[in-house]
Amino acid sequence: MAERMGFFTDTSVCIGCKACEVACKEWNDVPDDGFVFRATSYDNTGALGADSWRHVAFIEQSRPIRREREQAGPEGGLDGLDVLGELGGPGAPGGSDGPGGPGGPGGPDGQEGVEGWLMSSDVCKHCTHAACLDVCPTGALFRTEFGTVVVQADVCNGCGYCVPACPYGVIDRRERDGRAFKCTMCYDRQLGGLEPACAKACPTDSIQFGPLDELRARAEERVERLRGEGRARARLYGADPDDGVGGDGAFFLLLDDPEVYGLPPDPVVTTRDLPAMWRWAAGAALSLAGAVAVSFATAGRGRGWRR
Amino acid sequence: MAECHPVGFQWVVEAKARGAKVFHVDPRFTRTSAIADRHLPIRAGSDIVLLGALINHVLANELDFREYVTAYTNASSIVSDDFRDTEDLDGLFSGFDPDTRKYDPSSWAYAGGRQEAAAGQRSEQFEGGGRREDGAGRGQGEPEAGEQMEGGARHAEAAGADQYGSGGAETEARPLTDPTLRHPRCVYQILKRHFARYTPEMVEEVCGIPREGFTELAEAITANSGRERTTAWAYAVGWTQHTVGAQYIRTASILQLLLGNMGRPGGGILALRGHASIQGSTDIPTLFNILPGYLPMPHAHRHENLDDYLAHAGADTGFWGRKRSYMVSLLKAWWGEAATEDNDFCFGHLPRLTGDHGHYTTVMAQIDGTVKGYFVVGENPAVGSSGGRTQRLGLANLDWLVVRDLTLVETATFWKDGPELRTGETRTEDVATEVFFMPAASHVEKEGTFTNTQRLLQWRHKALDPPGDCRSELSFYYHLGKRIRARLSDDEIDRPLRELTWDYPEEGERAEPSAEAVLREINGTGPDGRALSAYTELEPDGSTRCGCWIYCGVYADEVNQAARRKPGREQSWVAPEWGWAWPANRRTLYNRASADPQGRPWSERKAYVWWDADRGEWTGHDVPDFEKDKPPDYLPPEGALAEAALAGTDPFIMQADGKGWLFAPAGLADGPLPTHYEPHESPLRNPLYGQQANPARRIYHREEAPYNPPQSPRFPYVLTTYRLTEHHTAGAMSRPLAYLAELQPELFCEVSPLLAERLGLVNGGWATIVTSRTAIEARVLVTDRVRPLRLAGRTVHQIGLPYHWGWGGGGLVTGDVANDLLPLVLDPNVYIQEGKAVTCDLRPGRRPTGRALLELIQEYRDG
Amino acid sequence: MAAVRRGEEAMVPEAEFRSYYGQPIIKSPVWHEPHMPVYLYLGGLSGTASTMAAAARIAGNDRLALTARVTAALGAAAGAGFLVAELGRPERFLNMLRVFKPTSPMSMGSWLLAVHSGLTALAAASALGPVLPPSPVTAVLRAPAVASVLPAAGDAAVMATVLTGPLMSTYTAVLLADTAVPAWHEAHRELPFLFAGSALASAGAAGMLATPHAQAAPARAAAVLGAVVETVAGAVMERRLGLVGEPYRQGKAGRRMRLARALTVGGGLLAVVAGRSRVLTGLSGAALTAGALCTRFGLLEAGRASAADPKYTVVPQRRRLDAGRPASVPAGP
Repeated sequence: MAERMGFFTDTSVCIGCKACEVACKEWNDVPDDGFVFRATSYDNTGALGADSWRHVAFIEQSRPIRREREQAGPEGGLDGLDVLGELGGPGAPGGSDGPGGPGGPGGPDGQEGVEGWLMSSDVCKHCTHAACLDVCPTGALFRTEFGTVVVQADVCNGCGYCVPACPYGVIDRRERDGRAFKCTMCYDRQLGGLEPACAKACPTDSIQFGPLDELRARAEERVERLRGEGRARARLYGADPDDGVGGDGAFFLLLDDPEVYGLPPDPVVTTRDLPAMWRWAAGAALSLAGAVAVSFATAGRGRGWRR
Repeated sequence: MAECHPVGFQWVVEAKARGAKVFHVDPRFTRTSAIADRHLPIRAGSDIVLLGALINHVLANELDFREYVTAYTNASSIVSDDFRDTEDLDGLFSGFDPDTRKYDPSSWAYAGGRQEAAAGQRSEQFEGGGRREDGAGRGQGEPEAGEQMEGGARHAEAAGADQYGSGGAETEARPLTDPTLRHPRCVYQILKRHFARYTPEMVEEVCGIPREGFTELAEAITANSGRERTTAWAYAVGWTQHTVGAQYIRTASILQLLLGNMGRPGGGILALRGHASIQGSTDIPTLFNILPGYLPMPHAHRHENLDDYLAHAGADTGFWGRKRSYMVSLLKAWWGEAATEDNDFCFGHLPRLTGDHGHYTTVMAQIDGTVKGYFVVGENPAVGSSGGRTQRLGLANLDWLVVRDLTLVETATFWKDGPELRTGETRTEDVATEVFFMPAASHVEKEGTFTNTQRLLQWRHKALDPPGDCRSELSFYYHLGKRIRARLSDDEIDRPLRELTWDYPEEGERAEPSAEAVLREINGTGPDGRALSAYTELEPDGSTRCGCWIYCGVYADEVNQAARRKPGREQSWVAPEWGWAWPANRRTLYNRASADPQGRPWSERKAYVWWDADRGEWTGHDVPDFEKDKPPDYLPPEGALAEAALAGTDPFIMQADGKGWLFAPAGLADGPLPTHYEPHESPLRNPLYGQQANPARRIYHREEAPYNPPQSPRFPYVLTTYRLTEHHTAGAMSRPLAYLAELQPELFCEVSPLLAERLGLVNGGWATIVTSRTAIEARVLVTDRVRPLRLAGRTVHQIGLPYHWGWGGGGLVTGDVANDLLPLVLDPNVYIQEGKAVTCDLRPGRRPTGRALLELIQEYRDG
Repeated sequence: MAAVRRGEEAMVPEAEFRSYYGQPIIKSPVWHEPHMPVYLYLGGLSGTASTMAAAARIAGNDRLALTARVTAALGAAAGAGFLVAELGRPERFLNMLRVFKPTSPMSMGSWLLAVHSGLTALAAASALGPVLPPSPVTAVLRAPAVASVLPAAGDAAVMATVLTGPLMSTYTAVLLADTAVPAWHEAHRELPFLFAGSALASAGAAGMLATPHAQAAPARAAAVLGAVVETVAGAVMERRLGLVGEPYRQGKAGRRMRLARALTVGGGLLAVVAGRSRVLTGLSGAALTAGALCTRFGLLEAGRASAADPKYTVVPQRRRLDAGRPASVPAGP
């Protein structure tokens, strides 16, 4: 097996251009995912799925001051026409820290409202212990020589079992086609010595492709640097080989909790518990056999008794 | 920049990784703001106040790079006694004529010097050549200023700043100066007085930028400028699409000159162009008023012959002093052997301006029936231009219309599916315009160059043939030209076309003309027929040919220099062997300024180009933008012309005096110094002056597109339009592509939570946006990224609106046309519309349809 | 706006969590209704019925044995039909038997179903051969060469289903639990018993309905026992799961689960009191069958609800992290 290859997605330099989404679809001939205005910031993709193998999440972070403002409710007696004067009056929300007051307009540093806009390009994690691969009944999912997890479209029979097995909600079934699809880390490009389309298209190197070990080392340096710059919430996600999926082949540098990005905070490969499940099922099966026996034993006696 | 130039933004990310601090000034919190160190929200249309306050901060605290300023700018030049500043006239400069709404700039000139007319005053309206925008045109025979009077003939009017070509206005090579900068009429002192009222308090009140945000910015840029460091500014149409757009850039230029950030590595002002090769399309222009290389277009009445033309085409000193060589070589490139000294090199063959032929004036002329035919190439004015309804009414009144585009854009289909059909204003059977749609080849289906914002030409190879009948522009125009020429008569009127050199080699079965042959013609050839290697080789005697003097050298040594692709790692950090930059492959313009007056680098860290005294020449990392052997101590003899008139310490070699102009003694239509005026449609009174808006702005009083009254309570919100990463301009190149269309499928408006709450707007719901032009509907995106600004005790709400949608154009997604909302009011220098700061009303719910829409608009118009 | 949402129920006041616009983190099961729940029901029915057939054979209750054999065979065959219909690409069903994959309950289940349905078909054929009206099928079954070995083969098959049958009834619990769906995965202890009890009740009900009263006593006993086991297992499961078990109590799934429980308990009670009443026996059998089906529909719906709300994914994981006990997995699954 060749060296294990992976993605390091450094969300601290992601500019949300979605070039990764487009490049992925262009290269892999993934169909469009529908034209739906979602009103979730600039994200109209929503989530990873059979027709979206890269998904850029947009998270608008607001400061508490806005919430206070919102809760203040609509100011009475003002319609749209006299809006120009609306906040100048005494008692109007935020009016106490008007120009000249401490902090000027808005919050203490004038940055009322938006605090940050996080963007992150999500992708299949290519887990070390991949639940989708484990549970696939046909062998359609397999691990490549690059350590990635890929669906063989000609083998997949569409049972859909991989779909709820994924702890990240990545793989999905394309209903009109019946098969399951997800990121292949551009297996075909890798075979040709090329980097995956998304990494190639990423203008800011937010998506980096390379040998996983190198990427992990680079990511450690990067997160240290960001923390040194005061970004205390910067952390790596999926880089730990001891986590619940044995580490991700595609890991991330995040600037907030994973769940904020729609990622599970502490995912587990479901098959970790499979031996226990079988033990419980076997116990139940034995009990069932016993219960049948008991039924016949008790009822059988009854019949004999009636005779 | 991340939003609209994501690929270029990688270098900002790279700079940031190397320690650069990035500020982002924008009404919205965008994808750029997300990565920047600091976002400063600003009210759309108030940038001169911010930039002016930075200038004031520099001047008041004497933070300017004094040695640079004294040596390389016109800070010490003394201005005419007659000059009156906006300080004296409450927002007007001296020379303003309220009747014509134009400036006579003679009072702005240097003391004791020649007087140079301003753009607007150099010419007069050609009779019938356009509707007088303010109804106050001068009467027949009324005298004009000074030398512009030419027998009472009415002259064409053209965009002012371009009348001087790339050389700027004519002025003194050696004006009176006070090197101590103490003279009350020296530029430095004028500047100081002019910008004194641009204070941090004013920034807070007018722009809505909090004081500490301003302080942080001011301290960062001043600390990061000087000998050891440089600061760069980048802007896009957020700065240009205003009635004071040219002055926005001027303000930034003044700041950068004061801080010594021009002509030095890591400095400058970067114009982020809106499309691929927009720089190229001004170098080899698609503009009506300039010829290739920024040579001015001749006027019908003023320029009888070549000498006359050259006499009015800008300065005689500096490199612009060689303009005869540039012009004659251009004429020789176009008319070849037919162009001789005896026939003025066919100067008479050139078309002439008869008036303002700018986009919006042309549209008015279409409505008025004076323009009958129209070529629309790679544009979609029915959706992409301001006041879309006016655009479409113009298109509907043509005899014929040729549209060349990749898809059947709305401009080609307005007659059968435009919005005016739905309101009943137009009926298809009444539109007599004959529309010819000619499908175009995309950029991967043809050869040629892209010229990007830093003047870098990069050759583009063809990847595949265009499908079906699609053809390149080159092919279309070349073969159109051939067909026209085949039909020419011996009549004298056909002579210019008959004698045109029109003989490019054709390649392949589609007879595609050779793009390289065109590039070689643009580069130019010498008497021996060999490609020239520098514009200094151009001659005024007709022995050289050159299609665009600034591009001379792109085919040096018979090699397509633009096709060079030596990887960056194999060459110096300036990377001179990647592509080719005009002029003369210089990567940073005016780089003589990167060395001190004695020719030494300002610092080791910022060393770029310097004087090598031993070898007696300029050398460095880049091609010196200076005569190679002119020593720093060179002083021009009296009466010298062209570059010989500039001293060894004059880096700005295209200017008549070789200086960076803090104060423009001529050349601008709306004042020698930037001044804050409110946008034409503004919810605020101008807090700085009695003069509300740019007095010289170009206004069209048309019933098709009335204006919102200033400070009207009917239109209380500020509207600004913009682009999204996911789409391209009017959407013709992105809406038909599923992969792009799905990323931003619907027109939406961005509003703050506060405004949404006030108006009852729901995230994901609908809103109707209304101006005096029309009303459109958009989905609502409630976001903290758009914040209400508190200005002088009032709250001003801004509404953001991307403009990529239209009703058709082969789009997989459709939507109302945002540009239909915009007014037709222009910057007087370059005739750019004010699209970035207008007023509007906002209502919850969808807009009415059919006649009800017209009734709604009428209600708003009637107030 | 990355929402901070407060848990709706007072019983879990600490369920405050962050999410991406409240969107799900994991994907909902793609399985369809009625295919998958009906398959789950039929598989359980078949598995327990065949076990009952074996017991009946040993007990000498031939009438019940016949019912059970037929029920098991029909259940397995119909179940396989529903499973094939469920597949995104039914024509590729045989790919299921391409590999034998212990890490995939679906693979194991497919093999199990293949073997089990073969065994039950054989068992049913041997039992039905002599009693069915003449037809081309019975002609084959009654051919001397076949008829001579069929009874023994049938009996052997029935005995073999003592191995496959109970597993058929409980493997479906592993099938559900071996996913990232919290309500399923976390229930992997109780679910097998729930399925076992429900299968027992289903098979008992089928036995009651299709067997004369005199021979149906073991079926009634099984039905009652099954109802008890199912009810107890369900109660234990919901209690132990806490927040993660919420979907079993709330919404559409909660309604289904409550209905299932009512039907099961009611059916069980009816089975006890029905006596010789055909009506009551019929009602009991129908209620138990409906209850078992309803349980399967409820389970599927609970899985969907569990996947649809990020709360169930985030909160337990976040608690784990906050408690300093992040998940880990031993090397090599």
